[in-house]
Amino acid sequence: MLAALLLPLLLAAGPGRAGAGRERRDALREELLLSPLPAGDVAATFQFRTRWDADLQRGAVSHYRLFPKALGRLVAALGVRELHLALTQGFWRTQAWGQPPLQAPAGAELWVWFQPTVTDVDKAWKELSNILSGIFCASLNFIDSTNTVTPTASFKPLGLANGTDHHLLRYAVLPREVVCTENLTPWKKLLPCGSKAGLAVLLKAERLFHSSYHSQAVHIRPVCRDASCLAVSWELRQTLTVVFDTFSSGQGKKDWSLFKMFSRTLTDACPLASQSKVYVDISPKNKEKELLEVTPPPVSVHEAIVQGDKRTYAVYDLLSPSLFNTSRSLNVQLKWKRPQDSSELPTPVLHAQRYVSGYGLQTGEISTLIYNTHPYRAFPVILLETVPWYLRLYVHTLTIVTKGKENKPSYIHYQPAQDRRRPHLLEMLIQLPANSVTKITIQFERALLKWTEYTPDPNHGFYVSSSVLSALVPSVIAMKDMDVEQSPLFTSLFPSSDGSSYFVRLYTEPLLVNLPTPDFSMPYNVICLTCTVVAVCYGSFYNLLTRTFHVEEPSRGGLAKRLANIIRKFRGVPPL
Amino acid sequence: MAAPLVLVVLVAVTVRAVLYRSSLAAFISERVEVASPLNAWKRVVEGLALLDLGVSPYSGAIFHETPLIIYLFHFLIEYAELVFMITDVLTAVALYLAIQDFNKVVFKKQKLLIELDKYAPDVAELIRTPMEMHYIPLKVALFYLLNPYTVMSCVAKSTCAINNTVIAFFILATIKGSAFLSAVFLALATYQSLYPLTLFAPALLYLLQRQFIPIKLKSKSFWLYTMQYAALYLCSLVVIICLSFFLLNSWDFIPSVYGFILSVPDLTPNIGLFWYFFAEMFEHFSLFFVCVFQINVFFYTIPLAIKLKEHPVFFMFVQIAIISIFKSYPTVGDVALYMAFLPVWSHLYRFLRNIFILSCVLIVCSLLFPVLWHLWIYAGSANSNFYYAITLTFNIGQILLVSDYFYAFLRREYYLTHGLHLTRQDGTEAMLVLK
Repeated sequence: MLAALLLPLLLAAGPGRAGAGRERRDALREELLLSPLPAGDVAATFQFRTRWDADLQRGAVSHYRLFPKALGRLVAALGVRELHLALTQGFWRTQAWGQPPLQAPAGAELWVWFQPTVTDVDKAWKELSNILSGIFCASLNFIDSTNTVTPTASFKPLGLANGTDHHLLRYAVLPREVVCTENLTPWKKLLPCGSKAGLAVLLKAERLFHSSYHSQAVHIRPVCRDASCLAVSWELRQTLTVVFDTFSSGQGKKDWSLFKMFSRTLTDACPLASQSKVYVDISPKNKEKELLEVTPPPVSVHEAIVQGDKRTYAVYDLLSPSLFNTSRSLNVQLKWKRPQDSSELPTPVLHAQRYVSGYGLQTGEISTLIYNTHPYRAFPVILLETVPWYLRLYVHTLTIVTKGKENKPSYIHYQPAQDRRRPHLLEMLIQLPANSVTKITIQFERALLKWTEYTPDPNHGFYVSSSVLSALVPSVIAMKDMDVEQSPLFTSLFPSSDGSSYFVRLYTEPLLVNLPTPDFSMPYNVICLTCTVVAVCYGSFYNLLTRTFHVEEPSRGGLAKRLANIIRKFRGVPPL
Repeated sequence: MAAPLVLVVLVAVTVRAVLYRSSLAAFISERVEVASPLNAWKRVVEGLALLDLGVSPYSGAIFHETPLIIYLFHFLIEYAELVFMITDVLTAVALYLAIQDFNKVVFKKQKLLIELDKYAPDVAELIRTPMEMHYIPLKVALFYLLNPYTVMSCVAKSTCAINNTVIAFFILATIKGSAFLSAVFLALATYQSLYPLTLFAPALLYLLQRQFIPIKLKSKSFWLYTMQYAALYLCSLVVIICLSFFLLNSWDFIPSVYGFILSVPDLTPNIGLFWYFFAEMFEHFSLFFVCVFQINVFFYTIPLAIKLKEHPVFFMFVQIAIISIFKSYPTVGDVALYMAFLPVWSHLYRFLRNIFILSCVLIVCSLLFPVLWHLWIYAGSANSNFYYAITLTFNIGQILLVSDYFYAFLRREYYLTHGLHLTRQDGTEAMLVLK
């Protein structure tokens, strides 16, 4: 009888085990990186990575567990190979804060690689931007041909790629897009635990948007399932970077804690996560003394070479049972041991600035300054500029000057704009000599638009999206080849081919440019006046062409004249 | 007569050379009244730079010149200033020779009409003498070369000067009577800027007159000659367009040049009427009004041909003036071309009604253009309406000037046939009205 009871159990367990073999494995890793910035500000970067061992392209996948169904269906239906969407508010000040872990331009940025099987890429792009606009409650439906470009060199695929026909790539930026709670909520909903458990409990809108820089992004790409790379897995990374600055969020004091930053503390890890860690950057700045004191004391310390620099991180593993022994919540506190010295401000190896010069509303000049502060190594950088069609660029005025001498780019790809159809695209590969400043200038003319093409506040100006600088920056310390799976998430988004340089993508400031405006209250007046002038010509010519000269015959006068003569006769005055 | 012409040419070349070397050259090149999106020098340089980069100049919306200009300046870009000075001199010399010939034709015709007793007896003061007509060609060359509009156009290196040269050669060929050369130059002028298509009618009328073919619709020789001239013109046009295809191996230049002229997508301010009208137009009616405005240029040709069939050169003058006023991207260079003809009609001075006020209007508007542009674009204290108002006034001034000359011309013709001292039926002095 016991056997009879056990048999169904065994039978049930059998197919279950076989079913587990058929089930696609997915894994969630979440991580929070706290890095103090030189001026006393602190940057917090969240990364949530869901990796799913299923091939979304082939085979109808219907059972979604950790991977959000909305994005999975999107990738499968539209033939998307890679998708990167970032919504950012604010600007990362590279000179003051150092090299960013992952930067995004102000506004909304979307770039997508499509599968080679997609026949009409523009149609798929339009559908994709509309669907994403619905998912993220952002006005991505404003992405159309006037702000989409196809870069040829700047955006290589970050995941697995078979070939890189750049006609399958589309890139668009909406610099005017604002990020708010409405965009954060659907982003949080895509997380497996939502905002109820794990690191996502810290994501409260009222604190996150009270910051200098807020950027949330979604990256979907195919990766190798294992070292042999025989099968493909899909990876979804959701990253959120926020910079709290001393004065607005910190009330002037430089001591930070999770509670002070997010008004919450961590109570547990997400039960669905296979790894949940908090890293705090405690790298000593001048190799002698430690700068930062972290409480509660970290369980372990991790050293890594990130962006060419050796860094030390204090690690808190939320899944380890010993963490929540003493207190039920984890509130990491950062205290500066000694005051910040301005001489310790690190200068990033590569940083850039962009501005508009000129006066008046007819012409202007866009200048980009790129700084290479490496003492002895030169490296090339690819600059991508997308300028809207109504600023007419003159490429014969493009000048690149380094250290007083002309610097000719080794590769230029220029696609001029077509009115109301596509923007300018300028991509250049420029060699930056060591320890130099390169100035790139190009002149433009401002166009007068039709009155309906202006925004409701035309004197605010028009935005020009940030230009993109992509470079392999030589690192000071050689980096070992790391196992991507074991290393922390913040080191593994950009693939690195060798240990001597790391990939950096920087964005410059967006520009705000004024255009001459017509008078918006005048459509009827203008139409009437111009038609009057045309009618003057028509009338004069009509008279001269259809009438002939005649000798004037005196007429007896009309009725009015006769009446007037009668009255005059009564008055005794001579008649007319 | 050659010596005074050479002197005038030398003075003109000196003035241009001095201005090229001064700081005014950069200022004048930027002026929207002188350089339009169709003929600005900056855009020619940009087109050649795009060609060097390996991109077709017609792939963007910057370059709207014909491939002929690319051919020409690919080799002559170093000598651009010299090229523009030479084109101005060539235009002036062509106009000089054309008007010299035209005066001979006018005098011969007048003699014929006097012998046939077509003129009334008391019009001796209206008859033109060779003495008074002697200096007219020189005055025409002078008016063209030393006109501030022409000088500014040359200093700005606007390709309008090249268009003017082609039209001047066309006029010379027509007046000399060579149908073939006239057709070739007309095809070239049409190829450059489309609107000289309307000059086909006056040229045809002049050549018919010269061949003594009567202009009657039933006459066989009339149709034969018309067909010959039209065939010459169309064949030259087709040949030139096909040659342009072989420059860049694409037909891209047709939408970029002719599509641009006809559909007016670029609303950069200029001295014409189109820009602000289409900047303020409701989107729904945009196509309708573009069609109306373009038809307006071509519309006066047939009525003028009917009225002025005996006077084709005056017809040509009025037609050139209408093109300059109503084309989609006018500049002062176009205005300078028809103003060069004004000395030819200097005998109409006594019949002009408003010449003083019109010249004041034109001079004041020309001076106000840069002032109001500065106030709108640089100082920010005016808005686009100010510049638009001056545009309207300038165009009204031009329209009234042309119609005034037309009125004076018709009135003189009436007096020639009906006598100068008109009396009414009761013997008192009569007034002449248009009815």
